[in-house]
Amino acid sequence: MKFPDFIVTRLDWLANEARANSLWPMPFATACCGIELMATAASRYDIGRFGAEAMRFSPRQCDLMLVAGRVVMKMVPVLQRIWLQMPEPKWCISMGACASSGGVFDTYAVVQGIDRFLPVDVYIPGCPPRPEQLLRSVIDLQEKVKATGTVNAREVAARAAYEGPTSLANQLAPDETMVVPGDYRSATRLRD
Amino acid sequence: MPDVQQLMTDRFGDAFRPSVFRDNVRYAVLADRLIEVMTFLRTEGRFDFLVDIAGIDYLHYPDATDRYGVVYCLANSETAERVYVKVLLNDPEPRVKSVYPIWKGADWMEREIYDMYGVVFEGHPDLRRILMPEGFALYPLRKDYPLRGRGERHNFPPVTRAES
Repeated sequence: MKFPDFIVTRLDWLANEARANSLWPMPFATACCGIELMATAASRYDIGRFGAEAMRFSPRQCDLMLVAGRVVMKMVPVLQRIWLQMPEPKWCISMGACASSGGVFDTYAVVQGIDRFLPVDVYIPGCPPRPEQLLRSVIDLQEKVKATGTVNAREVAARAAYEGPTSLANQLAPDETMVVPGDYRSATRLRD
Repeated sequence: MPDVQQLMTDRFGDAFRPSVFRDNVRYAVLADRLIEVMTFLRTEGRFDFLVDIAGIDYLHYPDATDRYGVVYCLANSETAERVYVKVLLNDPEPRVKSVYPIWKGADWMEREIYDMYGVVFEGHPDLRRILMPEGFALYPLRKDYPLRGRGERHNFPPVTRAES
């Protein structure tokens, strides 16, 4: 059988197939979800079956951020910086109850879900989630990439609006709210 | 070894009140004589190891007379004795002398107490926040600080998908 010298396809389809089947995770593991993440990468569950085994600890080489564990407010600027350092196209999985919602840690220090400050593509419930759930989320993300991806990432340019939940700052009692940005005595990490 | 407790009772008088609960030896000390007491414990009592420093906020505590407490746990590494030295402090500016010149290990411990309770340790070489971010200005373990904070955890700009 003679193969043709050329193939006809859509560039978007080709790029999506390549990207979805070779996700390079950036493990941002801060808590016990990180242990499950390691188990998922190990031989028994083997995330490599889905082409996502190349964990890199350098954001420049990754296209999938896996936030596994609670994120405290001191860590949010670090998390955002790492996310911004990752090259496009990139995706984010929020693994576990803490990363998705703060979990049981409803205190002054713990961010109530990273989606308040980062765009998240797939959420995984569980405390911590089973490795099978993480694998399922990788498969879901692959489907999302194949369904929505474009070769030059046109689809993300339209997502300029904030997609996270409403700020919890509104729920604070008036005498407990922080003073407006600019007052250093009660606000932290002031916005510009 | 001489009876350190008797020596201290003779020497410090009312500024030094020992008590025992089960096997815990506690010394309540007036804040302005803390350094004398601690130096005495270090040299005569041979308490060569500062195990820990703890802070307490007694706001809303039944029958409490003072607002803050700072508790030093000392150990004697030869005899494995332990004592707890406690000073009581009050608003508006809780202050106590640093024990850093006596035990170098007090450095980060005192920074932590300062970070969480706002107790100022005079003479500390580098009294900065150690756990909370630099711009943080309140003291989160004080009892009048709300558990969910004052909105600090929401005070970050979100990154949208398009700008990243």
